[in-house]
Amino acid sequence: MTQDEHKEGIKGMVNPSRYGIERFAYWLMRLTGLGLLAYFIGHIYETSNILRGQVGWNEFLELTQTTEGHAILAIVIAMCVFHTVNGVRVMLGHGGIGVGKPARPDYPYEPASQNYRHKIGIYSAIVLAAIAMMYGLAVMFGE
Amino acid sequence: MTQVSRITDEQTPTSTSSTILLRISKFNPEHDDSGRFMEFTIPYEKWTTVLEAILDVKKHFDHSVAVRYSCRQATCGSCGMIINGKPRLACFTKISELNSNVVTVEPMNNFPIIRDLAVKFERLFNTHQKIKPYLIRDDSELESDEKEFLQSPEEVEQYIQFANCIKCGLCNSACPTMATDSSFVGPQALAQAYRYVADSRDKGKDSRLKIIDDSHGIWRCHFAGSCSQVCPKGVDPAMGIQLLRGYLLGFRG
Repeated sequence: MTQDEHKEGIKGMVNPSRYGIERFAYWLMRLTGLGLLAYFIGHIYETSNILRGQVGWNEFLELTQTTEGHAILAIVIAMCVFHTVNGVRVMLGHGGIGVGKPARPDYPYEPASQNYRHKIGIYSAIVLAAIAMMYGLAVMFGE
Repeated sequence: MTQVSRITDEQTPTSTSSTILLRISKFNPEHDDSGRFMEFTIPYEKWTTVLEAILDVKKHFDHSVAVRYSCRQATCGSCGMIINGKPRLACFTKISELNSNVVTVEPMNNFPIIRDLAVKFERLFNTHQKIKPYLIRDDSELESDEKEFLQSPEEVEQYIQFANCIKCGLCNSACPTMATDSSFVGPQALAQAYRYVADSRDKGKDSRLKIIDDSHGIWRCHFAGSCSQVCPKGVDPAMGIQLLRGYLLGFRG
């Protein structure tokens, strides 16, 4: 970023605090996307341990059976559920579905694209992610 | 580094019980290495706008403050700036609506700074021009003096909302993609592309869709919706962009 362009940069892009729940969902979508990418890479590394034979595989698998391993997996579950549910909402929106119809705007100009359907979709994604994470924690720590 | 210089005038120009601390960003790219804030204590009434407060500063405290404005009624789109962290029109924002004793004004993000609060609009105008913001018809149709392009009220409804754009740049300033991608067309131009694509009199849909069907075009919009939240004219660029993308994805004819 140069002073000449005066761009907000990544700091401005990831700031979720100014533009309501939609911007927060955008931020979470990016964050969970990066998190899932990191998990995907780690997962490939993890499963590649099978080439070390059964002993090597079992040794590495034990790492996921620790408290830290369970906590990370619970976060992965939450990220996966949020990214999926919110992803469906965003994909529908990208197709112009559920973003409202063009009409003559009246003051105070509430944007039709930021309607209750999308807000419900975002809150649903967050709630479902929380439920899935709690269920995952109950299964993993309930053993 | 932000420097703070404080100017408090006890002899305020009008008598009032309410005052705010107005913080104005000062930066001249030709001379300064970094920006700083000047602070002024300004009296205000419940109808006082941020622009009026800035002009008060120019009149009574510091005439060197650079600010662009013209109509003072949210029609010309000149006075866009960051007010307390969000892009807004200074003439359309009442101080009393901000619910804060401190009002901080900064130049719009994602626009090069000319000086202080004034920014360059060249890129916005270039991207606006890029999407061909005019009706495209065959020349032979336009040459006829008697030719009319009639529209039903329903056809007008399809685009009239997007024709309200005053090119103030607030949407481009709020956009998270614009914050990092210098080549992104931006919500203003994309919404205007939809405005003409949705116009039943226009025949340039294919050429416009070709222009925006680019890696730095419509596909860089992630539907964060911040553009629509800051639009002072109810244009709702996010809706226009998603409807426009519907054409490219085959959801719309």
